[in-house]
Amino acid sequence: MILAAGGIFLLILPRFLGRYFTHLFTMIFFFGYLGTAWNILGGYAGQFSFGHAAFFGVGAFTSTLLQIHLGVNPWIGMFLGGVLGLLLGLFIGSLSFRYGLRGPFFALAMLALAEMLRLVAVEWMAVKYPLGITIPIRDSSLLYFQFASKAPYYYISLFMAAAVLYLTRIIEERRMGSYFKAIRENESAAEALGINAFRYKLWAMAISSFLTAVGGTFYAQYYLNIDEEAVFGVAVSIEVLLGPIIGGAGTVFGPILGATILEFLSEMTRNFLRGYSGVHLMVYGTVLVVVIIFLPSGILGGLQMGYRKLSKGR
Amino acid sequence: MSLPGLPLLLQSIVSGILMGGVYGLIAIGLTLIFGVMRIINFAHGSFMMLGMFTTYWLFIVLGIDPYLSLLISIPLLFVLGLIVERFLIAQVLDAPEYNQLLLTLGISLFIENFALFLWSPNFRALNVPYVKKTATVGTLMISLPKVIAFLFAIFFTVLLYYFLRKTDLGKAIRASSEEKEGALTVGINLRRIYYVAFGIGTACVGAAGTLIAPFFYVNPHVGGVFVITAFVVVVLGGMGNLIGALVGGLIIGLAESLGAAFLPGQLKQFIIYFIFILVLLFKPEGLFERRSG
Amino acid sequence: MVLEVKGFTKHFGGLTAIKNLSFELNKGEILGIIGPNGAGKTTLFNLITGVYRPDAGTALFKGEDITGLRPHQICERGVARTFQITQPFANLSVLENVKIGAYSRISSTRGAIEEALQILETVGLFEKRNDRASTLSTGHRKKLELAKALATQPELILLDEVVAGLNSREANEMIDQINRIQKQGITILLIEHVMKAIMSLSNRIIVIHYGEKIAEGKPEVISKNEKVIEAYLGEEYILAKRQ
Repeated sequence: MILAAGGIFLLILPRFLGRYFTHLFTMIFFFGYLGTAWNILGGYAGQFSFGHAAFFGVGAFTSTLLQIHLGVNPWIGMFLGGVLGLLLGLFIGSLSFRYGLRGPFFALAMLALAEMLRLVAVEWMAVKYPLGITIPIRDSSLLYFQFASKAPYYYISLFMAAAVLYLTRIIEERRMGSYFKAIRENESAAEALGINAFRYKLWAMAISSFLTAVGGTFYAQYYLNIDEEAVFGVAVSIEVLLGPIIGGAGTVFGPILGATILEFLSEMTRNFLRGYSGVHLMVYGTVLVVVIIFLPSGILGGLQMGYRKLSKGR
Repeated sequence: MSLPGLPLLLQSIVSGILMGGVYGLIAIGLTLIFGVMRIINFAHGSFMMLGMFTTYWLFIVLGIDPYLSLLISIPLLFVLGLIVERFLIAQVLDAPEYNQLLLTLGISLFIENFALFLWSPNFRALNVPYVKKTATVGTLMISLPKVIAFLFAIFFTVLLYYFLRKTDLGKAIRASSEEKEGALTVGINLRRIYYVAFGIGTACVGAAGTLIAPFFYVNPHVGGVFVITAFVVVVLGGMGNLIGALVGGLIIGLAESLGAAFLPGQLKQFIIYFIFILVLLFKPEGLFERRSG
Repeated sequence: MVLEVKGFTKHFGGLTAIKNLSFELNKGEILGIIGPNGAGKTTLFNLITGVYRPDAGTALFKGEDITGLRPHQICERGVARTFQITQPFANLSVLENVKIGAYSRISSTRGAIEEALQILETVGLFEKRNDRASTLSTGHRKKLELAKALATQPELILLDEVVAGLNSREANEMIDQINRIQKQGITILLIEHVMKAIMSLSNRIIVIHYGEKIAEGKPEVISKNEKVIEAYLGEEYILAKRQ
């Protein structure tokens, strides 16, 4: 019920917000979306990827290039980008999981993958698109996924965030979600109970990579310009995972909570610490350190534990 | 993409080996930390960057010769490492392994961007006149600062090797990395071993930073460039394997240099990442695995 | 014949953990496995359940060759196991732990929960169903370990030291539990150090020493077998007895 009220509130909000705040909220929904997508593989299945920018960039480049060179509609391009991201995820996933890459090694292998793609992009773009790829401006329309005002983007990102939250909820309630958690907690015990860990990890990877790639297209259509650093860069990979970690990996709302906090902090930093781009990362780093030491399961995770302790009458 | 002739090939090889020595020094710090504490230190590159900036500012403000500044940067980074371990890393030593990686990630984010805040993203260079020389041997041009860096790197490696083999503290460190329970039984103060080991690790990488400052650009983001290379070297050489780190460093230095000769632009880094993934998948224990039984 | 192991051999580096081990297990039996520490008992379980591949030998389950299959495939076919060092899903609730086992046969969430609750009732963990698995005592952990395995509706269950570490009351409960499992028609392969338990439960016993089977037979016979006593107590004991 709270959700319904909150939902209606969010739907009406743009009427009252100026460009700046609409942008802010859009970013919250957008990073919440990306964080939730990451969370399926990271928080639930327990495979932390430090290189999700790989999928993000694939999505962004696919839809943008298809649009510019072949006139493919960006929505179709978004879907195709998602498929490509999914294939990449299945590829790297089957290699990694087949050869037992786990824990930090898996995280770093994903980082290496994202970097490899970035370098290829750097080289390729150096000649053709030294200033990044720009999407030609058209009349504001849903068809072309371009709008003059911020409000439509707000609604799209809100919808995307709500959709993945709902998806997470469904997964969590069904066998797949429990199987993900089992693999996360103890993979050999999971196998002994009949769980094909390889297959389920690939499922998590497929869902996560598809969704992340789709997010790349949103970014491209929002800024109408992409470059290899912005979509394949390490900063992207890190910002994607910070939300879930801080908010609570393995919870439904953790990533959105984390994204909200991080956006808020980033805006504050921008306003109070006149600095260079990237300085908000300093604040992010501090928050990460504090959370890991004091609240290792994130804010929601910590709240859940605290609630449990209280209800046991300790 | 044009095939280089023999002179360029030779040049690349020499260059690669020289740089490889430095990679080895960076990696040794990282592998020591992993060997003793099982921590993958994402912040390793940030410490190196601090070493570089220490040398830079000492030179710019006080005119101290970069190689002399080793006397300052090494202890400084050692102490910094001690502090970081004592107050931050120690809190998560018993936590699930991802937490440690995330903690060091957070530390690196903080250090790197704090440096960015203080010193701007401008690229700086150290202009040390007497070091700008290049020796010419036949067709080979050998850059003097690279040679000095290589020699120091080997020197420090050997020093560290003897420290670990011959001194009591060194032996205690080795014992702790191989057999934690046994070490505790003989009364080794594990807490102290941890922060000393971490401090030595950061001191090594700080020294590496000082050594390359004369010929590499100085910038808050420079750590990020080296940290992945360091990981590749460590995984290649076997985590915890000191000699492996040095040899791995030479191999990667060569690979990068030859890659730069054969491939356009930035793609030399690509080779390194590719090697990384291959090693992780097919030989995660490293090339020189010493597996018993 | 439910399980037939023929000529299992397994080396780890230079060490031979299991050497030419063969035995048969009949439906509804409880076969006990005893032997000194490090004799290779848990390795045998790992070989049967697919955690390791044997270097030689085969295992037939209900006539089907299961050698070299992966653990989840073996569970699918109806073989469940418990681990000597309990392996709960630490951050999940007791109910969730067992639910995950139940999911191997029941794909609906509601059905899996029902099955899990029933099993928890049977093993006596119903009150603890919402507790986090990591908060359980050893005795309760062993019960949870058993419950998870039972939830997969096995025909054959491999129990690895489920009685060790329990106090007297818990141990007796566990022994009753195992008897009840047998009455349900489930075949049991049992590793145990607690002599009282394994002697009273087993229909037959095999003794493993340095990876080889050195004796096989009914419990009463085994307990008098010289080779077995020698394995546990050493050669000097036998020589001393003779004098």
